[in-house]
Amino acid sequence: MILYSKTHEYIRVEGDKGYIGISDYAQKQLGNVVYVDMPDLGDEIEKGEDFGAIESVKAASDLISPVSGEVVEVNEALSDDPRLINADAMANWIIAVSIADTSDLDDLMDQAAYDEFCAAAH
Amino acid sequence: MDNCENLKLTCLHDLHLALGARMSPFAGYDMPIEYGLGIIGEHNAVRNACGVFDVSHMGEIGITGEDAEFFVNRVFSNDVTNAPDGQCFYGMMLRPDGGVVDDLLVYKRRHNDFLFVVNASNITKDEQWILRQAEGYRVCLEFMSEEMAELAVQGPEAEKVMEEVVEIPCRDLAFYTFKELDHEGETVIVSRTGYTGEDGFEIYGPHSFIRRVWQVLMDSGKAAPCGLGCRDTLRFEVGLPLYGNELADDITPLEAGLGMFVKLEKPDLIGGETLRRHKEEGPRRKVVGLEIHDRAIARHGCEVLSPEDEVIGTVTTGYRGISTDRSICMALIDARYAKTGTELKVKVRKKTFPATVVSKKFFKKSYKA
Repeated sequence: MILYSKTHEYIRVEGDKGYIGISDYAQKQLGNVVYVDMPDLGDEIEKGEDFGAIESVKAASDLISPVSGEVVEVNEALSDDPRLINADAMANWIIAVSIADTSDLDDLMDQAAYDEFCAAAH
Repeated sequence: MDNCENLKLTCLHDLHLALGARMSPFAGYDMPIEYGLGIIGEHNAVRNACGVFDVSHMGEIGITGEDAEFFVNRVFSNDVTNAPDGQCFYGMMLRPDGGVVDDLLVYKRRHNDFLFVVNASNITKDEQWILRQAEGYRVCLEFMSEEMAELAVQGPEAEKVMEEVVEIPCRDLAFYTFKELDHEGETVIVSRTGYTGEDGFEIYGPHSFIRRVWQVLMDSGKAAPCGLGCRDTLRFEVGLPLYGNELADDITPLEAGLGMFVKLEKPDLIGGETLRRHKEEGPRRKVVGLEIHDRAIARHGCEVLSPEDEVIGTVTTGYRGISTDRSICMALIDARYAKTGTELKVKVRKKTFPATVVSKKFFKKSYKA
């Protein structure tokens, strides 16, 4: 199951674990990604708060967590090659968290709702 | 898009949209940030071949009349006295306290006939400033920003593209000189100038002419359309200042390291008296280059810290270099820490990274001699 936030992060839910990244729409809006500032393993992150930042050539954008939980994996490949986000944003998640409370998922959008949300932004 | 109603459009706006440009408001204009190649692709096109920018948002002000040369020498930091016709000058308009009203190019067209080319973000401020200073002088001011459009053709192949595609002979133009052409009774100005650190030309003319040149360039495929995104990365890498970042009302040219463009010996220069004193005392702050020993990027406004964690300045512009793959920035800092090789720290969001003072010419310019 893949869900999206209004700030264009996605979370791919696998059991009680969620893989968080930015959507393909967000990647296109950013342009060339040159740096991803990621949290450390074991960090506690909060729903609605920033857990890092993603930088295009032009500017930095905060990464906002769609759920609260503990960081259990960090995609180290992005440290060496942040352009992977442009190549495939959905495959190149940024962090994985253990989801503390699944009700955090309730206000997120499914694919159809998110597509509509992006179309309305134009 | 929101808030578009009040934005001004350049005469090429519809052509940018047709190319699929990503647009963004800049200085009151809806301007292209990048096209299909993206900022990195466009940046490399200018470094390696040729790119063309719509810079029609820039402001143009004509200054003529009996007192024009005297007046220009008073409001403009460089010295235009007895300059040959067709000479361009870079410099600033200064406040009496030594701060910078704007940085600009001045074109000397003929005796007592000058053209000022100013930053889009400062057009209104500059016009008002010049009007106020002109009181009591026999000068005629002409504000031409709306009628005059501008293209910048930049890169090592710019001369070839100008000669063969645009069909304007310019091999004979030396760096920082210009010539005027007649186009159906209207004047076109072509100068060997730019803001990229590469060889290149700037073309000023009426909307119809500029549209035709842009179209010819697009049809030829010999010049990549380039947006304001790479205009900034290109100028930054070669250490050129941007007003609002490295220059401002409260930053002097001496602090910005641009003293060579301020002729302090001119007796009537506005701001000259203050800057002569500052020069003697030595500037208290300096714009320096910093290299950060991490992939993290310090952006405009990030704090610079001394080894003792005291705040000693702020970042003015910062990027991950494109022609030079390093995290680099320019910063305005306490002059006591400005020596090359000094180890400092930069704060990016919640983390602090070590950084070294380096030359702000991160990448070497390749102007034509």
